[in-house]
Amino acid sequence: MAEFNPTELDLKVGFEIHQQLATRTKLFCSCDCEEAGKYDYSFVRKLRPTRSEMGALDPAAMFEFSKMRSVEYNASFGSSCLVEADEEPPHDVSGEALETALIFSLALNSKIMDEIHVMRKIVIDGSNTTGFQRTMLVATGGHFNAGAKRVGVQSICLEEDAAKLIDDGKQTRKYGLDRLGVPLVEIALEPVTGKPDEVMQVALTLGRLLRASKRVARGLGSIRQDVNISLLGGAVVEVKGVQQLDQLVKVIEYETRRQHGLVLIAQKLGERNIVAEKVGKRIADVTEILEAAQSQIVKKILGVPDSIFSAIGIPGFTGMIGYEPYPDIRIGIELGRMVKFYDLDGVFHSDELPNYGITEKEVTAIRKKLQLHDIDAFVIIGGPKNMVGAAADAIIQRLKAAIVGVPAETRAANVDGTTVFLRPRPGAARMYPETDIPTIPVTESMLKDLADKVPKPWDEIVDSIAKKYELNRVIASQIFDSDYLGTFESIIGNTGISPTFVASKLTEGLASLQKQGLDVTALTNEMIADIFGRLDAGSIAKESVLVIFEKLARKEANTVDEAISVSGMSSISDEELSVILDRIIEENAKAVKDKGMGALSTLMGRAMSILRGKADGQKINQFLKDKLEKLVK
Amino acid sequence: MTDGGSGGYRGAGLDLLSSHHLSVGDTVSVTTSDGELAGVIMPRYESASDNYLVIKLKSGYNTGIKTDRVKSISKLPGEKIKTSSTAKVPDEDKSLPRVALISTGGTIASKIDYRTGGVHAALSAAELYSSVPELANYARVDPEVLLSEYSENLKPEHWTLIAKKVAEKIESGDYNGIVVSHGTDTMHYTSAALSFALQNIPIPVVLVGAQRSSDRPSSDAAVNLLGATIFAARANVSGVFVAMHAGTSDDVVAVHVGTRVRKNHTSRRDAFESIDVTPAALVRNNEIEMQKESQTKLTARTNAKGMKLQPDFDSRVMLIKYYPGFDPGIIENAAKSGYKVIIFEGTGLGHVNKECFPAIQRAVETGVMVFMTSQCIWGRVSMKVYDTGRDLLSIGVVPLSDMISETATVKAMWALANVQSSKDFKDTMLENISNEISESIPVSD
Repeated sequence: MAEFNPTELDLKVGFEIHQQLATRTKLFCSCDCEEAGKYDYSFVRKLRPTRSEMGALDPAAMFEFSKMRSVEYNASFGSSCLVEADEEPPHDVSGEALETALIFSLALNSKIMDEIHVMRKIVIDGSNTTGFQRTMLVATGGHFNAGAKRVGVQSICLEEDAAKLIDDGKQTRKYGLDRLGVPLVEIALEPVTGKPDEVMQVALTLGRLLRASKRVARGLGSIRQDVNISLLGGAVVEVKGVQQLDQLVKVIEYETRRQHGLVLIAQKLGERNIVAEKVGKRIADVTEILEAAQSQIVKKILGVPDSIFSAIGIPGFTGMIGYEPYPDIRIGIELGRMVKFYDLDGVFHSDELPNYGITEKEVTAIRKKLQLHDIDAFVIIGGPKNMVGAAADAIIQRLKAAIVGVPAETRAANVDGTTVFLRPRPGAARMYPETDIPTIPVTESMLKDLADKVPKPWDEIVDSIAKKYELNRVIASQIFDSDYLGTFESIIGNTGISPTFVASKLTEGLASLQKQGLDVTALTNEMIADIFGRLDAGSIAKESVLVIFEKLARKEANTVDEAISVSGMSSISDEELSVILDRIIEENAKAVKDKGMGALSTLMGRAMSILRGKADGQKINQFLKDKLEKLVK
Repeated sequence: MTDGGSGGYRGAGLDLLSSHHLSVGDTVSVTTSDGELAGVIMPRYESASDNYLVIKLKSGYNTGIKTDRVKSISKLPGEKIKTSSTAKVPDEDKSLPRVALISTGGTIASKIDYRTGGVHAALSAAELYSSVPELANYARVDPEVLLSEYSENLKPEHWTLIAKKVAEKIESGDYNGIVVSHGTDTMHYTSAALSFALQNIPIPVVLVGAQRSSDRPSSDAAVNLLGATIFAARANVSGVFVAMHAGTSDDVVAVHVGTRVRKNHTSRRDAFESIDVTPAALVRNNEIEMQKESQTKLTARTNAKGMKLQPDFDSRVMLIKYYPGFDPGIIENAAKSGYKVIIFEGTGLGHVNKECFPAIQRAVETGVMVFMTSQCIWGRVSMKVYDTGRDLLSIGVVPLSDMISETATVKAMWALANVQSSKDFKDTMLENISNEISESIPVSD
């Protein structure tokens, strides 16, 4: 296997950051931006590709159409209306959202367009009911400083978020309309070198800059990063849907390895002088040959009506489809993931056969049918006839691309940092004007009014938070970077609890739960406020806060009340507390007799083991002390 | 916008382009105080401000540059915009029924031409099959462009033109059905007009439109066109129909009887509804389901001759919607201005304020024929229930049962051109020629 040395690969990483805005309404209607708890009704649509204003069809749109399925949209009252259902023209662009995009442009020193044009970006995977995403270029150019480094900005766009994928079934794809139309600002950065620390620094700095405006949504999914990764000056691979910074580093590492692996494969193929045009020239239906095989997988595939197996001859590829320059980086895997987009599972190649119940006998028969030489490989693909045809075309294109190296494509990020093929890279042909919305002139007086609203730098804001709430700077920066700054501020405003206590629970406390793999998003801001409210009222103890957080994050409870009851804590009255403490003292009478006041710590330990979460620790301590003093006297 | 070169530019924008010998489609580099932007010059909408130049950047985004900020502009080598159409006409299956597709405008099979900024009909057979390839599975479609008008611009003369064209196609004997593509705003007026102008037709004539223009991936045009074509080619009935989405989903097309349909929503796909009756049929996932409970009496598809073409209309008909505060002088003016027929859209069961009675009386005396429909849309007028109605009857106002007011207006225009005496006119208005009157209205949800 090859030595992997990323520093020599001229790795370039370009970010596109998509940040949801915390506006009162959606971008093109008056619905609110909250997620719907449940859906009230649904409807079914199909999308078709259309030509752009330049007369061209977009490759990504054609790809989606080639595997067209019905799309079911689920909607709820309040979170979507006729606009999201594509049953009413869009309303005017939300002034609040546009203002925010302009403020970000000013903060990033970008050049704001004289007149903004809303465009339709064709996306026919169903994630937009219209078949396009409305987007507008607000500014180009600009820069900001990340540490000592100056990072260039390419463009700033304001666009609508897509519908939320609920389920991707074989026949129907399901989306929720609540997220569709939520305003997003997309900021594309100039490529930087791909060193992980630099990448983290850039993403963190930009994220902080946006948050400083207090105009952005927070929480999981509210900021998403697309990353464009290229190496050795090769084709650009766009990876979508990176949600967390540590995932970003893993994605870059994986893509570097994968793309370099593909380059190494291409080099080897180059030595064989393969003619790309010959790839896929020989295709044959091999259903009859495989029907004879004792393979469970084959039998399962052919059990579906109208299913066939096609074999594609790949000249000169023997050994190369299964070749792994790095662990798990091989063309075979790419093909397997690619055909999944045609809802097919049954793809095999000659480097891995005989296997899966397909024997030497069938392999020989297929080779004979395709008239292959030993140096030639083949790929077989099985499933419903229409899908097999489309998938075979995609496989041929992919293998031709393997000769060149890295194909330009859009991939999706997995949580573990690996990426999977999503669709070919879309081109400019997918953009045409949104004729339903007039162009928007940006006047100098508008910009003058916004100058005051440009957020202060992160450091200054952290300092002011630290000062205002008497926090140390570390906790102040943590609470600012967290998703809970707004929640924190409202709790401090509404209760008399110490800011340091609240901040530490919302940062270190929640982080510790997250480290255990728990889903802290199960705790809504309302729940958190409720818990601290109860603490303030004295109805729960300080020690209970994290316990309640944990019950909710473990989904052992759905409400704060439930969490309190499942953790066996419900606050007890002073009278009850007194009775329990008297009992504990009685049980430990010997220790009290022997040690006097010195027995306090033993008693306290015993009491806390029984009363944790039911009564405040300080109160227990005070009660015990009083009782002991009386006894000792 | 007809001049491709100026592409909607006027004033400062046009001056900038012409002084640099530039036109829409040229690739240019524009320098302002902010730096340089390169892209293709795009057309300008006529309604937008004059002082901007629109260019399409390489990313595909369009952006406007204020002309007074342009320091320099120069043409770059680059290809002019060209529209490409490489679609092929599939081999025709001779066993399939033949359908004539007459285009009158609207957005069902049109493309936005950004070179000229206009919408043009994309109706070569090749373009049609390339946008709705499934059509080739159901029929051999012969497209013909008759008009290219938004439907709000259509007038009774256009109905005459369309009726004659449909008659010509029917008389050729070549077709199993006719589809007429139409803008949706007045499609129900045209469907009513054809229902009276073309009687005893042997095959289905189906009007079809789209509520979302066909330049959008989510357009309803393809599903509607497919539904209309399948019904025209295969349904075992004859007559004039309107085919549009039955609901918001893309699975069912409703086929409405031409005189009993109305556009009841500004923007929804299922804006068209049958009034007082069930639709004649549904086309569900490309299969025709005749609605047996439909109250309309349909005639079967036939080979028999005997079509009656009466394509003329006389537009001296006024449709008047009554409202509180209505000025009876409007009635007087209508009579004075030479209108021959007034169709009232009265309140409730068919009423207008008693203050209107003298004006109506005088209009009737001068020979104006006055009819009553209801602004309630659904239901029948019943003018014997209240005094107001009885008084109006005695003045000579003729109730039109549950005829839709728009249908009544079109019918009056047709009858005015084709019936001589006023007695015959009234009889004609009350005769149920093309299901415009429902004999019984079902109780439904």
